[in-house]
Order: sequence, then C-alpha cells, then structure tokens
Amino acid sequence: MPPPSIVIEDLSKTFGRQTALDGVGLNVERGETLALLGHNGAGKTTMMKIMLGLLRPSAGRVRVLGRDPVQRNAIRARREIGFLPENVSFAPALTGREILKFYARLKRAPAADCDRLLDRVGLHDAADRRVGGYSKGMRQRLGMAQALLGEPHLLLLDEPTTGLDPALRARFYDIIAELTGRGVTVILSSHALSELEDWAQRVAIMCRARLVADGTLESLRRASHLPVRLQLITRQTAPALAETLGRPVIALDDTKREITCGFDDKMALLRRIAALGPVIEDIEILPPSLDEVYAFFSQRDDP
Amino acid sequence: MRALAIIAVKEVRDGLRNRWVLAITALLAVLSLSLVFLGSAPVGNVGVSKLAITTVSLSSLSIFLLPLIALLLSYDALVGEIEAGTMLLLLSYPVTRSQVLLGKFIGHAAILLFATVVGYGSAGLAVSLGEPAAAAENWRAFTSMILSSALLGAAFLALGYLISASVRQRGAAAGLAVAVWLVFVLLFDLALLGVLVADKGQSISASLLNELLLLNPADAYRLFNLAGLSQASALSGMAGAAAKAGLPRSALLAVMAAWIGVPLALAGLIFRRREL
Repeated sequence: MPPPSIVIEDLSKTFGRQTALDGVGLNVERGETLALLGHNGAGKTTMMKIMLGLLRPSAGRVRVLGRDPVQRNAIRARREIGFLPENVSFAPALTGREILKFYARLKRAPAADCDRLLDRVGLHDAADRRVGGYSKGMRQRLGMAQALLGEPHLLLLDEPTTGLDPALRARFYDIIAELTGRGVTVILSSHALSELEDWAQRVAIMCRARLVADGTLESLRRASHLPVRLQLITRQTAPALAETLGRPVIALDDTKREITCGFDDKMALLRRIAALGPVIEDIEILPPSLDEVYAFFSQRDDP
Repeated sequence: MRALAIIAVKEVRDGLRNRWVLAITALLAVLSLSLVFLGSAPVGNVGVSKLAITTVSLSSLSIFLLPLIALLLSYDALVGEIEAGTMLLLLSYPVTRSQVLLGKFIGHAAILLFATVVGYGSAGLAVSLGEPAAAAENWRAFTSMILSSALLGAAFLALGYLISASVRQRGAAAGLAVAVWLVFVLLFDLALLGVLVADKGQSISASLLNELLLLNPADAYRLFNLAGLSQASALSGMAGAAAKAGLPRSALLAVMAAWIGVPLALAGLIFRRREL
C-alpha cells in the first residue's frame, strides 16, 4: 500500500493578523480525486501553495508524496507534481511551444511530450504564436499542458475552469478523468459547483480558513439533512394529494406538484406514491444540489 | 547547473524577443560611433591616439548609460514576475530560488556583455579603419574598458536584483532604481566634491578619498579606466586623482566584483525568505 499523496495535520497559516488556514486536516490517498470548494479567500489557494512548498506553514504537519514540501530534498518531488495556478500567465513575448519546451526542460520531460500535449489540449495550431496574443482560454489550455508535463503523480489545479466556455470545460474534465483512470491524484479547487456534480469523488468544503466538510457528495448530502424534492406529474390537485399522502404539497403549475421529504423517509414516501396507481403520470427525484450542500455547510457556522 | 543554464537561456531569448538586446546594442553602437566621429574635434591634432580618446569618451558615456540600462533591465526581474504570476508557476518546478535568481542574472549579464562588446566594438572598428597603427597599449586599454564596462553593468544589475527582491510592487522598484542611479552616478560625486571643498584639505587625505571612492562602483570604474592609463589620464583630468590614488587596478577590479557579489547574495537571502 503506497503512502497517501497528501497528509495534512492541524495546518495553520497566518499572514500578520489575518488567518488564512486554521487547524486544517486532510488526507488524500493515491489515485483519489478531491474537489476543494470554497468562496474566494476561503484558503484554497493558500493550501495549494503550502503543498507546493511556496509558503511555510505557521503550524502543523504537511507531507506531499511522502516529503515535507519546504525541505530542500522536496525539490525533486516537484518533478512528480503538476500545478496549474489560478489565472495562469506566461512570458508574453515567447510562443506557446517555446514556453512549454522551457518547462519541459526544467522538469526533464522528453521534448516529444510537448507536441503530444499541445495536441491534447487543442493548441496545435496556435503553438507557434506569441502567448501575448492568446485568449484566456488558450492560456488556460497552455497552463494545463504544462501541468501534465513529465507524467505527474499529483495534479494541483487551482480554479482550472473559470472563464472557459462549456466545450472547453468538458474537454478539461475529459483529460482529468483519463488521468484519474491512470491512478493520478487530482486536487481541484473551484467555486463553479454545478460542473463538479458528476465528476468529484470526494468533496472538501472550506469556509473562512477552516475545513467545514469532507466526504463523498452522497455522504455530505446525508449529513446536511437537506430535503429531497419529489416532483410529480398528475391531474390530482395539490390539496387532494396532500390529503391522501398526509403531507404538504405545492402546485408548481397545472400538472406539476412538489413534495419535500427527508433523505430517510424518501423510500417510504415513494412507495406510497407508487401505490396511487396510474393517476401519477411521472415522478422526478431531485436530491439537494451541490450548490445547496455547499451553501448549507458554508453558512452553518455563521454566528 | 542545468536549471541555471535553462533559466539563463530563457532570459536571453526573452530579451531577444522583446527587442531589448537589439535596442541596447543599437543605442550603444550609435552613441559610441558618434563619439568617434565627433570626438576628435575638441582635441584637434595634438598627437594623441584617437583610440585613447575614444576609450576615455566611451568610459565617460558608460558611467552614465550602463548603470541606467542595467537597472532598467533588472528592477522588475523578480517583482515583475511575482506580480505577473509567472514566478508562482516557475517556483512550483524542480528549481531552487537561488537557481532562479542566478539564472536570470546570468542571462541579463550576457545580454549586457553582448551589447557592450558589439556596441563599443563597432566604435573600435571604426577607429581602427582611420588609425590602423594604434599602439598595442591603447588597444589593451580599449579592451579592458569594454570588459570593465560589462562589469560596471553587472554591478548595477546586481543592485537592481536587490531592489527587485526587496520591494512588494513594481512601481516601487522602478522608483528605487531611479534613486539608486541618481545616488551612485550623480549625487555621490557631488556630495564628495562638496565635502572636499568644505574640508579644504584639512582632514580628508588622499587615501581616505580613495576609500570613499570605492564605496561607489561607478567611481571604481572611473578610476580603473581613466586613471589606469597614462594617456587616458592626461586626457581625462583624472591625472591628479590617479597620481595620488596608488590603488592597483586589480584592487579596483576586486571592488567591482564585490559590488556584484554582495548585492546579489543579499538579493538571494531576501528572495529565499519571501512568501509568494
């Protein structure tokens, strides 16, 4: 059993009087994908910088791929880490290919990787143009390409999809899914939640320098006790339905009725609705969305 | 070593692409060539080698121009990349901060060396066409002027790196760079002159004056080039200072080297501790 990719224990970081991280603990196993959620300033970027050894922790213990990132020998471990910073930028006078080759040399990755990766992120045609003329999406794609250099074991992606169009986002998640399939550990921070819903195995929510939730989306949904919504298509009126089921029912329009219930009594309710027979034409189950779960956990500790 | 070379080469390539190399080389060549063609007018035909005159006038040009160019190249070398966000990415790679700093410095120094050798060399070439039989001593002086000019440039590059490592914002770095230029190139000598006049030779001896001059890399360069040569010193009015200087040229070179090494080491210390 290989050691976990990331071990963080009781990590704190302060900048003067401002606390950026407050007693954070997190373990990420090899091959796991973790979505780090939180609004701006919640401490996501600070945590990534600490994992990379760019910032020193004020307190706590951090191990990345088995090494302390601020130790001198951690330099070598960085060859196995790919990082895409938020709002990535490059020397504007150089071309995309030149920049990628520069980073490949630093990481001792074969030069042939550059062409392959430029193709992979769809920058083949723009590779010999100056980066100064690139659009935000093209810079982001070049940023992804450099993060993938040298077959990294660990990918840290800081808000990788902000400012990308939906097609490009899908492409990003395709690439990430492929890497996950190969056993690469991926940590991705975001505040665009809806796009993570189908993708994230594990979600960690940060709020005001603290980790407020950590688990699979399913377990966070349960833990939040947020209601599940059932939407029925039926000719029955809302009061009649409420009478039969003994629960409040809202009429959304002529035929659509909505009932909310807890996660635990969902199945019992479904059976009762099914027993009503053909009068129920259709039924849709809406679990709490990631947005709702996120809002719940990030507001729970509000004074 | 490998990482150092990769970063230095990238810096040079960046300089070529930004037209910095072209601009500096062209500026130095145009100015030095115009000095060659106009510079003979004030001395007329007094039997002084044209090459010696060129050496003196080019070294005077260097004192003003090279520190300025070096500071312009270097003031945002670190803080500019930190502000742009490129430093964050670079430091996530398997390189140490010392390698980043030294690699960038070597790249910038190579750009300056190239510009001075080619720019001033073109003036030397122009002189040699008009004066094919210049004395070997004058050629030696000319060559050492070019190389020491590169050293002078490197000293101010190092000062620029120190500024760049220390400040939080690019604008502050630019302001400090201008201040450093003013202090070392203009104000230092003015202040020294003022002190000497006020002192009327009472307590400041020639050796103390020398030591004071060594506090400024530009003055070390001036002493090295203007006072180090018999013919040049006669032309430059530094003969008096040179006669009393008694400093070996190797000591002057060592001073300039220290003006490169010390600021760079300090810049390294500050940069290594800096949080991004």
